[in-house]
Amino acid sequence: MNSIIERARQQVLADGRGLDEAELVEVLRLPDEDLAELLALAHEVRVKWCGESVEVEGIISLKTGGCPEDCHFCSQSGQFTSPVRSVWLNIPELVAAAKETRATGATEFCIVAAVRGPDERLMTQVREGIEAITAEVDINIACSLGMLTQTQVDELRAMGVHRYNHNLEAARSYFGDVVTTHSYEERWQTCEMVKDSGMELCCGGLIGMGETLEQRAELAAQLASLDPHEVPLNFLNPRPGTPFGDLPVMDGRDALRAIAAFRLAMPRTVLRYAGGRELTLGDLGTRDGLLGGINAIIVGNYLTTLGRRPDADLDLLDELKMPIRELQKTL
Amino acid sequence: MPDRFCGHCGEQLGEGLGAARHVPCEQSLRLEPPRFCAQCRRRMVVQVTPTGWTAQCSRHGELSDVRADVAEGAEGPEGPEGAHGTG
Repeated sequence: MNSIIERARQQVLADGRGLDEAELVEVLRLPDEDLAELLALAHEVRVKWCGESVEVEGIISLKTGGCPEDCHFCSQSGQFTSPVRSVWLNIPELVAAAKETRATGATEFCIVAAVRGPDERLMTQVREGIEAITAEVDINIACSLGMLTQTQVDELRAMGVHRYNHNLEAARSYFGDVVTTHSYEERWQTCEMVKDSGMELCCGGLIGMGETLEQRAELAAQLASLDPHEVPLNFLNPRPGTPFGDLPVMDGRDALRAIAAFRLAMPRTVLRYAGGRELTLGDLGTRDGLLGGINAIIVGNYLTTLGRRPDADLDLLDELKMPIRELQKTL
Repeated sequence: MPDRFCGHCGEQLGEGLGAARHVPCEQSLRLEPPRFCAQCRRRMVVQVTPTGWTAQCSRHGELSDVRADVAEGAEGPEGPEGAHGTG
């Protein structure tokens, strides 16, 4: 068997073992004429090892802008001349956003803050927010609050946080080109602490930031070795004023190859469409990705940018006969 | 009063060729809320929620786009001025 697609069919689809980094490079280099076959295989893998259902999540920015870190893709860094201004969301609006999210059928609601890590003020806001949401909305709560101490991990676990998001952002070999204010190892350490705590780990990254195909494969392989419950896959949306603001939007076919590659690296992981899909893939590409390995979506808007209308995504799932995953209180 | 400034880049809106410069901005504004007040060019305080957004200018008040159709059953923002605290 010479074709990487045929090898993946045996190894990943039949045996449930993900491809390694070198094999992922082969996948990412497949020509356009093989793309349909690749996506079909990735979809088969997803259905066999994850099932038909799609997990739907909404996200909200609790604390926007003014971040001290310099993640070069992010409009919320206080180090760049981005037009994004700082704002904190209050508790009633946070609860309203959770209700909006639940009304779409989503089962996850992720509270996000643009910070290096949470201080006491933010932890208090999160604690009070979770208490208020839990009293009124039946939804799993996730958080994304930057790098954590062990004490903070324990506190979040005690608050009932179901899942914690902390992305690797980029491959280890490319990380220094993306972030200079903290290290890849610091991010990894928080991910390990979250996993050890019993919270589900949500850990992904961005592609289309100028990385090579080898580095894209490296990111997928490093995520596979971390073995998170969920991998959110973002496509760079070049933001004005950021160091990556003038990068081109990545090619939609490359994005689809990456989706399939990530699925073939991690056959059992929740693989979520995150930011940038509207710009990179459009409506047609969104459908192709859902039939090419994706089994979770962020519904509605993102933190500082807008997504597709929720009903457009929900109608698409209905058309594709992909049921929305039911709410399960797993922790 | 007609808009004087582009909500995306904050530059002055012109006519003819000047207006054409903002066609890409108009396209961007389909996928992001305005960041600059169209009347005075101040940077606005913007809060995006899963189904809408609000943008507050300290001089000219609030713009919003709350998708009420999908937020049925949800409580909306608290009045036209919203209830944002600024950090």
